[in-house]
Amino acid sequence: MKFAILINSAPFTYQASDTAYQFCQAALKKGHVIHRVFFYHDAVYIGSNLLCPPQDEPNPSARWQTLARQHGFDLAICIAAALKRGILNEQEAKRYGKLSDNLAPEFKIVGLGQLVEACLSADRLMEFGG
Amino acid sequence: MKKILFIQRRPPYGTGFAKEALDAILMASAFEQEISLVFTDDGIWQLKTQQDTQAVGLKNFSPTFKALGLYEVKQIYVERLALEQRGLQLQDLSIPVTLLTTEQLRLLIQQHDVILSF
Amino acid sequence: MSILHTVNKSPFVNNALQSCLRLATRSDGILLIEDGVYGGLSHTRFTPELEQALAEFNLYILQPDLTARGIIEQTHPRIQQVDYAGFVELTVLYDKIQAWV
Repeated sequence: MKFAILINSAPFTYQASDTAYQFCQAALKKGHVIHRVFFYHDAVYIGSNLLCPPQDEPNPSARWQTLARQHGFDLAICIAAALKRGILNEQEAKRYGKLSDNLAPEFKIVGLGQLVEACLSADRLMEFGG
Repeated sequence: MKKILFIQRRPPYGTGFAKEALDAILMASAFEQEISLVFTDDGIWQLKTQQDTQAVGLKNFSPTFKALGLYEVKQIYVERLALEQRGLQLQDLSIPVTLLTTEQLRLLIQQHDVILSF
Repeated sequence: MSILHTVNKSPFVNNALQSCLRLATRSDGILLIEDGVYGGLSHTRFTPELEQALAEFNLYILQPDLTARGIIEQTHPRIQQVDYAGFVELTVLYDKIQAWV
């Protein structure tokens, strides 16, 4: 089965992105494919490379990076939601005259079209949080 | 072609979900799939006429609903029960919609391939 | 086509679960996750509604969320508990998934 994953909630405040991560791990272990994980609304904060949680708590950004790298799926951060919330790659940081960028490795800034594409390509859309 | 259903259950302004959901709906309309939009529960408040956000300092995005027709999103539904529970009538809504009974909405949900809830 | 509904909010906080129960169809599955698991307990004021739902739908509950909250003993005995692997299996078994938030 090929899954598209949509995450809508901020890390730390809501459990949704944690549930999504556990779901993806379990799905991959069973041999399913994750086509794309799309981060929308406040979930774009997971794409920040500046997260500094305490050492005894998971780092949401880092663990998604590791999982995506191991299994070769997209970590897609919605550009519109990201810009508003200050999650910028190098290109957008330059475009908006910001001093630095902060998009974590493995994450890509993409348009909402990638969410729609994922819905159309995958066998199942899983939505987490809100 | 897939049939995509967007279900809006939350009111405007108190959270940002309604506005960003609308962005997703407009994007989806560009993909030439069959798009339907349902308002139920507090999502109905998004369609309320006479929204004036000046004093709260937020962008009034309610005029965007009028653009849905231009984007070929014409299948717009409201659950009658939710409308009545909120003391509203069709004339309180800013765009023409099709009223559905709960049973009809249940059936509509079943008929779609992908369901996105905001 | 059958739907797996996921509910992640407690029925004591908002109407996600009630709306799900209103709009689900008899052949559908309903999986309680995260704070939604508070809707799957015995001896709460929601339990009568839960028992009515058990008669109409296939109800499931995510066990790791029960354990995390220390409420596994209070879980209604007739709800099927699943782990994350079971969650994945349900998403394959049903034709599509609807999230109630």
